[in-house]
Amino acid sequence: MLANYGYKDGSGDYFITINTDLCNGCGECVAVCPANIFIVVDEDPNDPMRDGPVAIVAEEKKKKLKYECNPCKPTQNRPPLPCVEACKTGAISHSW
Amino acid sequence: MQIEMREEKKQEFWRWKESNWKNPDIEWRSGKFITLGIDVGSVSSQAVVMVDGQIFAYSNMRTGSDSPHSARKALDFVLEATDMPEDRVDYCVGTGYGRVNVPMADRTITEIACHARGANFIYGPEVRTVLDVGGQDIKAIQCDEKGRVTNFLMNDKCAAGTGRGMEVFADLLGIAIDEVGERSFQVKEEPPPVSSTCVVYAKSEALGLLRKGWSREKVLAAYCRAMAERIYSLVERLGVKPQLAVTGGLAKNSGVIERLMFMIGLKPMNSKWDAQIAGAIGAALFGYALCQKGKGRKK
Amino acid sequence: MISAGIDCGAKKTKTVIMRDGKIAGKGIVLAGFDLDKAVHDSYKMALRQAGIRSEDVESIGGTGAGKEAVKNADELVNEIKAMARGAFYFFPDARTVVDVGAEEGRAAKLDEKGNAIDFAINEKCAAGAGTFIEAMARALETPLEEMGPLALKSDKQIPMNAQCVIFAESEVVGLIHAKTPKADISRAIHDAMASRIVSMIRRIGVNKEVVMLGGVAYNPAFVEAIRRELDLERLYVPDYPEFGMAVGAAVVAAEKAQGR
Ligand code: SF4
Ligand code: SF4
Repeated sequence: MLANYGYKDGSGDYFITINTDLCNGCGECVAVCPANIFIVVDEDPNDPMRDGPVAIVAEEKKKKLKYECNPCKPTQNRPPLPCVEACKTGAISHSW
Repeated sequence: MQIEMREEKKQEFWRWKESNWKNPDIEWRSGKFITLGIDVGSVSSQAVVMVDGQIFAYSNMRTGSDSPHSARKALDFVLEATDMPEDRVDYCVGTGYGRVNVPMADRTITEIACHARGANFIYGPEVRTVLDVGGQDIKAIQCDEKGRVTNFLMNDKCAAGTGRGMEVFADLLGIAIDEVGERSFQVKEEPPPVSSTCVVYAKSEALGLLRKGWSREKVLAAYCRAMAERIYSLVERLGVKPQLAVTGGLAKNSGVIERLMFMIGLKPMNSKWDAQIAGAIGAALFGYALCQKGKGRKK
Repeated sequence: MISAGIDCGAKKTKTVIMRDGKIAGKGIVLAGFDLDKAVHDSYKMALRQAGIRSEDVESIGGTGAGKEAVKNADELVNEIKAMARGAFYFFPDARTVVDVGAEEGRAAKLDEKGNAIDFAINEKCAAGAGTFIEAMARALETPLEEMGPLALKSDKQIPMNAQCVIFAESEVVGLIHAKTPKADISRAIHDAMASRIVSMIRRIGVNKEVVMLGGVAYNPAFVEAIRRELDLERLYVPDYPEFGMAVGAAVVAAEKAQGR
């Protein structure tokens, strides 16, 4: 499942996509993210039949991604995003 | 120039009656698993009782100011339609915006999963896309033939494209919300959409248009069009696969829905069931599936 | 050298007349729906205050979202440049400048000559601009100018969940119903706004000397909330923050006329 967390507002699209078929719930993204965007849960609230842990975007962060991710997204010389780099299975992507 | 504003009684985005119903052909006493789905939304709450995966009874009510109370009321109301005692329920799943506050729930599941599962049940396995536009959010879901979510997004940050955004406009123009559809088609030709996405800026844009001499209907048409485009841009992120089911309050606003369907190029599906109960149906079905898998309530 | 800078913002049009690098006159009018008239009126107002005839103005710079309306401009100055030069004019040590107007928020990083080397913009969503506080003042039934002083009375932090002006309005109404003191609500509003602006500043990196421009900088609670969030000793705010961009445009116009 492609889980798109985030929003679109007047200023643009801000979505973090987690491919739950690739995510193994290892929690590397949780460890590297300076803004505590991710959490790993045992039961996927969007897919009750799934067995095994999965990463999701924390509820209180979902409406603020544009702001919360800013430190990782400087306007110049943008380095690779820590969460995307840390995810060995390539489950995480950003829309902006 | 003065802009005349009619005092209009505040109305909700869509109107409906509170109701409950029971299927006379189902005998709960012979059921193996009886499951309950409770969907507490921001506007309405539903409870569905299923006997072995078939709809036995449901209720549909307005959500009050606190979620636990609304969940209780919906449950009492559905039980009222039956002669079944509450403790006969094997498993209860809570869903919806107020799901964390459903006290009797054994488990909570997001409305995304429940809507997809419910749509699969009420519209059939051909449903691939579910679009739900509510008072405060937009959900676009893709699912497979079993009703399992394959791709979803939910936008509850921004009022643009939601029922709330439409309310702001209906208020501004002094047009009753249930007349929006009809009035928006009372224009000689379709005006270009309002260009600002943001409801706040669209409002100032609309005031400018009124000052320029546009009729209220024309401004309304321009906003309905903008709203349709907004919703379309969100569904487009996922891609629209046929068949398409449209649920939520928007389904009742022809001003937006007809413009949207024209853009998508599909017709929404119909069903004998009220689409409002899709979430609660999905919740009850998940309860049933969990019981079958032996993951039911630990007695 | 006499030059003029005209800033056509979303809400107000501001003009500054500068003579030999000093502000000689200022004019400000509500933009309304006739931008041309607003430009004309604010320009006349500034000339009158400066005691300068329009023939004597050697160069005019236009800036702001509606800068195309400055028909008599010799130079159209991009907003980032205007805010950078404006901030540099007031505080030559400025290395970061933030401008929060009615419909846009901007932040830029400056080099030691006052040129913008990096910038970030918040636009098209009213939640990131002055409109946010205005709308919340309406929901709170408090005059806009009292919002700041009111917020300063509170020492309680309550979080706001809504990130949209429209939803935040309902949240404020809910807080009023829950009998939350108005001062605390006002503070929550300012904090929410500040955290958005600060995250924008973080995107370009924070330097020590931060200057605030734009009408919202008149609001002491907002300036304080930003300062607190950035964890700085102080923020630099000029006497007339609203004219910051107009000053910048006038400075650039003068430089151009002198062939610099
Ligand atoms: S970009 Fe940075 S802040 Fe955003 S989710 Fe990834 S690691 Fe976290
Ligand atoms: S764009 Fe406007 S309507 Fe959307 S979140 Fe921002 S303030 Fe709200």
